[in-house]
Amino acid sequence: MNPRRVFAVVLRQLYLMKGSASRLLPIFVWVAVDMALWGFLTRYLSAVAVSRVSFSVVFLGAIFFWDVFNRIMVGVSMAFFEDVWSRNFLNFFSTPLSVSEYLAGLILTSLAAGGAGIAVMLALGSAAFGFSISNYGLAAGPFLITMVLFGVALGTTAAAMVLRLGPAAEWFAWAMPAVLSPFAGVFYPVSLLPGWMRFFSKFLPPSYVFEALRRIVGGQRPGVAGLAAGGALAVVDVLLAGAFFAWVWRYAMKTGLLARYSAESVS
Amino acid sequence: MPSIPALAASGLSKRYGDVLAVGGVSFEVAPGEIVGLLGPNGAGKTTIISMVLGVLEPSAGRILIQGKDIAARRSEALERTNFAAVYAPLPGNLTVRENLRVFGLLYGAPRLKRRIEDLLDGFDLRKFADSKAGFLSSGEQTRLGLAKALINEPSLLLLDEPTASLDPATAREIRSKIREFVRRGGAGVLWTSHNMHEVAEVCDRALFLSRGQILLEGDPRRLPSQHGKANLEELFIAVAREPLSLEAA
Repeated sequence: MNPRRVFAVVLRQLYLMKGSASRLLPIFVWVAVDMALWGFLTRYLSAVAVSRVSFSVVFLGAIFFWDVFNRIMVGVSMAFFEDVWSRNFLNFFSTPLSVSEYLAGLILTSLAAGGAGIAVMLALGSAAFGFSISNYGLAAGPFLITMVLFGVALGTTAAAMVLRLGPAAEWFAWAMPAVLSPFAGVFYPVSLLPGWMRFFSKFLPPSYVFEALRRIVGGQRPGVAGLAAGGALAVVDVLLAGAFFAWVWRYAMKTGLLARYSAESVS
Repeated sequence: MPSIPALAASGLSKRYGDVLAVGGVSFEVAPGEIVGLLGPNGAGKTTIISMVLGVLEPSAGRILIQGKDIAARRSEALERTNFAAVYAPLPGNLTVRENLRVFGLLYGAPRLKRRIEDLLDGFDLRKFADSKAGFLSSGEQTRLGLAKALINEPSLLLLDEPTASLDPATAREIRSKIREFVRRGGAGVLWTSHNMHEVAEVCDRALFLSRGQILLEGDPRRLPSQHGKANLEELFIAVAREPLSLEAA
């Protein structure tokens, strides 16, 4: 892996963001809206409920970690879509740039943009609603890592699907988090789900994070085995997503899709 | 000791299902040589260029760029290659200077800052340096594409109709810049064009493609008379319309 070429991919994205409000605002707006919406909801629930459960720790924690995944996934997909929209594949892939360097550049861009959004979310949550990531103790680290890795895996998968199926398949990227959220048990225990949904939950790293989060809220230890399983699954997902992207890229090289890639040339 | 060819393609084929786009083509481009790749639309020129650029996998055959097999040592082979094509404009949402910087880094161009300044002057792009590439006219975008193509001072330069959208005066200037670059650096150039006057003026050798195969090869200034044609344009039309008659000859 050549760091100079990875830097070139990141630099291209930074150039695009520089001075572009339409690219910069979404990094902060969605996370701020989520934090405000759920922050006021938890404040209301705290005022009317007789339960002593901290709704802030439950709901704001859930939305925070879900948004970590979401922003990283969207970050990887959006960085890729910039090359789709500007029909840049022929220019990029006729250089010495390798697939792994290209993906590394997209992921680093997403980590930088996602990191900025997460920082804003934490600051807003803390200042307006008293939310603190320290409520989850040392488990916050594995929670973050698992959600970031899963975001990288899903973002890479969405990019591979768009490369294979064409720009019309972009909606996969926007729909994926919404489709997965009921299975991941973001706001409720997975045990509430019917059997067939619980089966799919087992394969989703976030479901282990949110189960552990609720254990902490209930005064229990997060459970090392569950966290380890979630983290290991996330690593496997990243590897599978990378292999899937590489497979699609080889297919595109064989069929001429990469050379001819445009809205008109693919369905 | 003979010099290593800038490009050596052997037995190069590309098949899409039942359609043979390129069928067992072999040719070389020597350092300092400009080779014209000619043929009617659909003859396989762009397919060959895509395979040499590493964005299309051949069904069979081998491509060596300065002796490096593109299938086995892709990054190394492409580091000293570059291209410009009318159908591959640089990202319109980056400025001229940003585009040159990004692609300079991708190609590992040495002394990049200085190189970018030289190219801005050389291709008359200085006044557009901080303009978005998408706002340039087609001729200015072509000049930017050519500046990008020379950013790493390639040993192999692939040009797919490089002067197609330029006015005659600018086209002549660009041809002269490319020839100067070849004379100075000894790069090999594979040049496709439908402008036969340009080919006769610029190319040391021409390869005529028809239906994915090389039909004729030789000096573009002598080929017409060798095949009983008045000029290169007539020869081109004969290749496009009656390739079998030329094969028989």
